[in-house]
Amino acid sequence: MPMSEARAGDGQVRPRRAARRMGERIVEGGLFCAALSSVLITLSIAAILIYESVEFFRHIPLSLFLTDTVWTPLFAEPRYGILPLLCGTLLSSFVAMAVAIPLGLVSAVYLSEFAPAGVREAVKPVLEILSGVPTVVYGYFALLFVTPLLQATILPGLPGFNVLSAGLVMGIMIIPYISSISEDALRAVPMELREGSFAMGAGRLETSFRVAVPAAMSGIMAAFVLGISRAVGETMIVAIAAGQQPSLTLDPREPAATITAYIVQVALGDLPHGSVGYQTIFAAGLMLFLITLAFNVAGYFLRRRFREAY
Amino acid sequence: MAAGAATSVRRVRESGLISRKRRKDRLFAALGLACLAVALATLALLVVSLAADGLSRLSWDFFMSYPSRFASRAGVLPAWVGSVLVLAVTALMGIPLGIAAGIYLEEYAPKNWLTDIIEINVTNLAGIPSIIYGLLALGLFVYALNLGTSILTGGLTLALLILPVVIVATREAIRAIPMSIREAAYSVGSTKWQLVSHHLLPYSTPSIMTGVIIGLSRAIGETAPLITIGALTFIAFLPAPPIQPEFPFVSFRWLFDPFTVLPIPMFNWVSRPGRDFAGNAAAAGLVLLIITLAMNAAAIYLRYHFRKRIKW
Amino acid sequence: MVEKPAQAGLPKAEPAPPLPEEGGIKAEVKNLSFYYGRFQALKGLNLKITKNAITALIGPSGCGKSTFLRCFNRMHDLYPGNRYEGEIRLYPDDLNVIGPEVDPIEMRMRIGMVFQKPNPFPKSIYENVVYGLRIRGVRDRATLDARMEEALRSTALWEEVKDRLSSPGTALSGGQQQRLCIARALATGPEMLLFDEPTSALDPISTASIEELMQRLEGRVTILIVTHNMQQAARVSKFTAFMYLGELVEFGETGQVFTVPRNERTSDYITGRFG
Repeated sequence: MPMSEARAGDGQVRPRRAARRMGERIVEGGLFCAALSSVLITLSIAAILIYESVEFFRHIPLSLFLTDTVWTPLFAEPRYGILPLLCGTLLSSFVAMAVAIPLGLVSAVYLSEFAPAGVREAVKPVLEILSGVPTVVYGYFALLFVTPLLQATILPGLPGFNVLSAGLVMGIMIIPYISSISEDALRAVPMELREGSFAMGAGRLETSFRVAVPAAMSGIMAAFVLGISRAVGETMIVAIAAGQQPSLTLDPREPAATITAYIVQVALGDLPHGSVGYQTIFAAGLMLFLITLAFNVAGYFLRRRFREAY
Repeated sequence: MAAGAATSVRRVRESGLISRKRRKDRLFAALGLACLAVALATLALLVVSLAADGLSRLSWDFFMSYPSRFASRAGVLPAWVGSVLVLAVTALMGIPLGIAAGIYLEEYAPKNWLTDIIEINVTNLAGIPSIIYGLLALGLFVYALNLGTSILTGGLTLALLILPVVIVATREAIRAIPMSIREAAYSVGSTKWQLVSHHLLPYSTPSIMTGVIIGLSRAIGETAPLITIGALTFIAFLPAPPIQPEFPFVSFRWLFDPFTVLPIPMFNWVSRPGRDFAGNAAAAGLVLLIITLAMNAAAIYLRYHFRKRIKW
Repeated sequence: MVEKPAQAGLPKAEPAPPLPEEGGIKAEVKNLSFYYGRFQALKGLNLKITKNAITALIGPSGCGKSTFLRCFNRMHDLYPGNRYEGEIRLYPDDLNVIGPEVDPIEMRMRIGMVFQKPNPFPKSIYENVVYGLRIRGVRDRATLDARMEEALRSTALWEEVKDRLSSPGTALSGGQQQRLCIARALATGPEMLLFDEPTSALDPISTASIEELMQRLEGRVTILIVTHNMQQAARVSKFTAFMYLGELVEFGETGQVFTVPRNERTSDYITGRFG
């Protein structure tokens, strides 16, 4: 190639290459901003909750908020104790987990260790559907089917609104979360470990619970923790079926209000922006956020510890 | 040692140890099936109870009527229109943002503390209760940015909600593409963005779409965050139409109109005392359920079809 | 432990064995074939395993030696689509190991296995060793302690781990883990031990200690070892079987097989002409 042509080509390539590199950097910057947005969202959530809560705590002392046993912020003589809402949240979550953990874990062990491939293929999509049903529909089911059923059979005196029905239905909704994460954890346990147990003459149940489940334990714990987090954050099922009466009770047969149900109740009403009543939903929301954050972080570290092992 | 083992195992056999193990195995398998049956039976009961109460209410009028004090005349017209519009905004805002973030995290992000923070954040966002997104939207979009309770706010809220789903779906789709494709592209002189736009995105699109559809199917059922930002439960009008007869023919006023979505009338009707509106609630529930199931089925079909066509 | 009278369970008509025995025959393989689905992995194998001696199975990759080994403790039953044909008669009971009337769990309790990659359970060293006893229903602490110590001593692990029996088995080094797995198999007093390439994942020093361990077990347990390392087979075993493409090509005393093989393919393999 004659030197003159090469030199001409060389002169044209350099600015194009520089432009391309500049374009690449712009693209990368744009994508980076998109990724950073997730951090921005978390920061915004924290900022909003803290900002409004700080305003709230200017009027009501934190100690009173945490220890008073009555929550009636919209009354003429308002009281701001978060304990009843906290109690409602924990009670409903407890009922839900009492259903979801045994059923979810047994399902996971069965699907991972016992079930023939055909059963597993058929069942897994249906379990996914269970987790995809809108929660209002579950709320309808709890209020208009489960409660009457309980009233007609084993609990004749059951009030129309109660934590039990809501908790039971929530539990069923959460089963797929527990079973799919636990099953993933069990599937990651290498087959050689099970073979070592079978080779010693162990049965399948023994191998599952003495070897496979302990090996998958931190993954299974992560499943439980994330299930609890889901239960604590659930809104519509409890708002519809558990009633919206805050009450400090440990009896699931009574109505109660959760933190989430309270927020919905206020939002349905008409509270002026900036009023103390308006700020209560942020204070309650902050409480909810901190609780679920604690569970999510625990779940994250449990999952990471499990992934490192296998 | 060996003779002792033979006798001890024979003793073991006589004591029925092995048959006890077998029996326990069978019992547990039965228990496992029973647990699954409980879950599936509940789903079946749910569908049946919705159908029993609501099937009779499903009619053309139901879809075309506004809410009313009279149960037989109440319908879901503003609700499904609202859902469509809100979902459109959600998709438009959330999908590009989520895919972009997913691409960055999977292809560009260096392994440093900042990337770790971003990744922890994405995982955390997936676990935040939906109502908290509502509080965020209330404080930020409705008041601070003064967007008010509008379709735009609703769409933004749900976009944030499904963001983690889209990001994770994008990452997993891109991660499934083998290294050899990347090496091939680089070896002919592609830049990273050319690799992404010419190769990675096209190959992973069906997989990403699966995740997006699942995310949107979740968004359509979300109630709590939209109630929190003030979506109306009783609405007697539709948002302004996007197409207008006079210039400029396209209007964006609907973005700023108040709205409601499908789950909200259902919530409203279910909350009323007495069973007058139970039929309406069940009908709305059936519509929601069918849409959700259809979207999930589409996603599963897409995933299955795609997996058959391209074998890495 | 009551010794059963020698009568019960001796094989009926003992054909004149072609090999010198020590204590008789532990197992006799009769026309054994094995199918993974439609693929025939083992083709009509016949041989006699001598009691309390070490028999090595050698051959190139894919020849079926691990498949053959896993027939003895019915590991193939764990996966669908597998089929046995023929017999493996176990003495002194004279039962067919792979017969449908025999419970695989019982076979696995009598015949132990050590795997290629050490697979200690995610439990303490103590719990690893006594696992086999626990699943037999042994609960007496004194018995468990005694058998555990005996097993760890036979694998020369006792001194190294006696002060940390409650630490996890997975915290040991590779060679120690494998010795732990061997102790685990020994604790229940098996009549036969199957070693599936036990040292291929270990360094030379651990390999040497495990080979030494096997030689100490010789005379007390019947051992069947699969190895791709011919020198290992020559070092530890008394009898060697050479397999190729699912068939038993040659079987005899190790010395003879390695120095004057009767079959040309055997000598080709041993001299490295293929492998």
